[in-house]
Amino acid sequence: MRRIINRRPGRGGALFWGALPFLVACAGYGVASALRLAENPNDKLLPPLSAMVAAVARVAFTPDARTGDYLMWADTLASLHRLGLGLGVATALALVIGIGMGLIPYVRAGLSPFVAMLSMVPPMAVLPVLFIVFGLDELSKVVLIVVGVAPFLVRDLAMRTVEMPREQLIKAQTLGANTWQIVLRVVLPQMLPRLADALRLSLGPAWLFLISAEAIAATEGLGYRIFLVRRYMAMDVILPYVAWITLLAFASDLLLRWFNARCFPWLRAGKASP
Amino acid sequence: MSNVTVRDLWMEYPNQVVLERVNLEIPSGEFCALVGPSGCGKTTFLRLLLGEERPTRGRILLDGEPLVAEPGPDRGVVFQRYSVFPHLTVLENVILGREFQQSRFLGRLFGARRRAALEEARGVLEAVGLGNHLGKYPAELSGGMQQRLAIAQALILKPKILLLDEPFGALDPGTKAQMYELLLRLWSEEKMTVFMVTHDLKEGFTLATRVLAFDKVRVDPTDPGAYGARITYDLPLTLKKAAMGALAPVG
Ligand SMILES: Nc1ncnc2c1ncn2[C@@H]1O[C@H](COP(=O)(O)OP(=O)(O)OP(=O)(O)O)[C@@H](O)[C@H]1O
Ligand SMILES: [Mg+2]
Repeated sequence: MRRIINRRPGRGGALFWGALPFLVACAGYGVASALRLAENPNDKLLPPLSAMVAAVARVAFTPDARTGDYLMWADTLASLHRLGLGLGVATALALVIGIGMGLIPYVRAGLSPFVAMLSMVPPMAVLPVLFIVFGLDELSKVVLIVVGVAPFLVRDLAMRTVEMPREQLIKAQTLGANTWQIVLRVVLPQMLPRLADALRLSLGPAWLFLISAEAIAATEGLGYRIFLVRRYMAMDVILPYVAWITLLAFASDLLLRWFNARCFPWLRAGKASP
Repeated sequence: MSNVTVRDLWMEYPNQVVLERVNLEIPSGEFCALVGPSGCGKTTFLRLLLGEERPTRGRILLDGEPLVAEPGPDRGVVFQRYSVFPHLTVLENVILGREFQQSRFLGRLFGARRRAALEEARGVLEAVGLGNHLGKYPAELSGGMQQRLAIAQALILKPKILLLDEPFGALDPGTKAQMYELLLRLWSEEKMTVFMVTHDLKEGFTLATRVLAFDKVRVDPTDPGAYGARITYDLPLTLKKAAMGALAPVG
């Protein structure tokens, strides 16, 4: 028999093994839910699928009696808006400061101790400060995401830039490049895919900060809704919301991966296709 | 014109003297082969000529002027490795020099000027035998092909001084012979001054008009870093130079 490290599943096999944990989890939930409901038909902890579908139909496809909004879409829009703004600003900061720190010794000397220190400030600990300074509405939530994510992105990009082989920078200079041209044609194109990867890794923390901020002070948003209906133990709303958030995060991860594969064909060049 | 003068040059790293008391006078158009045992400081010497590092003592003069202390387009280089840009195709790697030169702000050419640069690059790539691989990325090339690409990339700007660090180490004898021919042709056409590090003495004697051998003359057995390498042999191959001069086109 061949060693297990050399045995690979085929296409269908990979699909089966990939789907298995999902099926097991769903089945487990179904069984547990059925058992609890058999004991107490009013049990709220593990609502059946039908209850969740009904709840989703209520929050996503019927206008709210009070505001006339479709709650789930309004929440999604509000949350994605905050997340997009926060991540956008963090990415822009990372590009400018990260590449600056990685490439220009004076910028590195000036900023790297400061950024290293700043990145150790626990973002949730400064949330009250943000609420006090920026008020309770949109800005403080966006700033929390920026504060939470930007230092990681900046430091990661700075390290990746420093790691570039020195030979490449020397080579570009012998081809007559000035600093700006080096940034534009040599450093930036090679750093963008690294930044996209770093961004993928910070999607988790970004959602964490967003939901925390929304839970504490907001009038709409996915995190706000979950914490609002928690008071009525409305698991039939909470669970679909959690699944929806997970799906959104997964989709953005997929999108970034696709962006890398699509825009940077050289990343895969020379690696034997699996 | 590109006379290189090295005056009483020392290069020391902490705990280690790499080069000591190097003196040289290289007239314009000389083809120097640098030979010597591994680790004796040949690459370091090239880096000093490039302006990437500064000597701890002594001076390097270019046409009588102190060397500008940073790399520039007058000195082309082919490193032992990492010489080409992984995110650009073969063709893009070669036109990059022209793009830097002609588009100061965007570093990119468009339209007719881009077509002209591409045409020129195709010619050079044809000459180094990469004419059939224009659209590939460096990771898709073999080691020897990458070195040839690096040579094409360095040659397109026709630098006054060309620094080569073991450029032909990974090539088979047949390709080597082709590359020798190409290099000698360009050298005599462009009147470049060439410094080439090689471990192949025969290669050195075939190509160069002057062979410089680096080695330590003094060794302290208890402290290997105490003394640096010097130029122990400086052999002008004048006869060959005369022969090459006779072969080269008049002008
Ligand atoms: N940045 C550095 N810091 C400290 N020591 C260095 C540094 N660069 C090179 N050296 C030392 O200088 C010596 C010469 O190195 P160099 O790379 O010039 O050798 P070389 O002659 O090119 O060798 P090879 O033929 O193997 O390429 C080595 O002993 C090396 O350890
Ligand atoms: Mg070397």
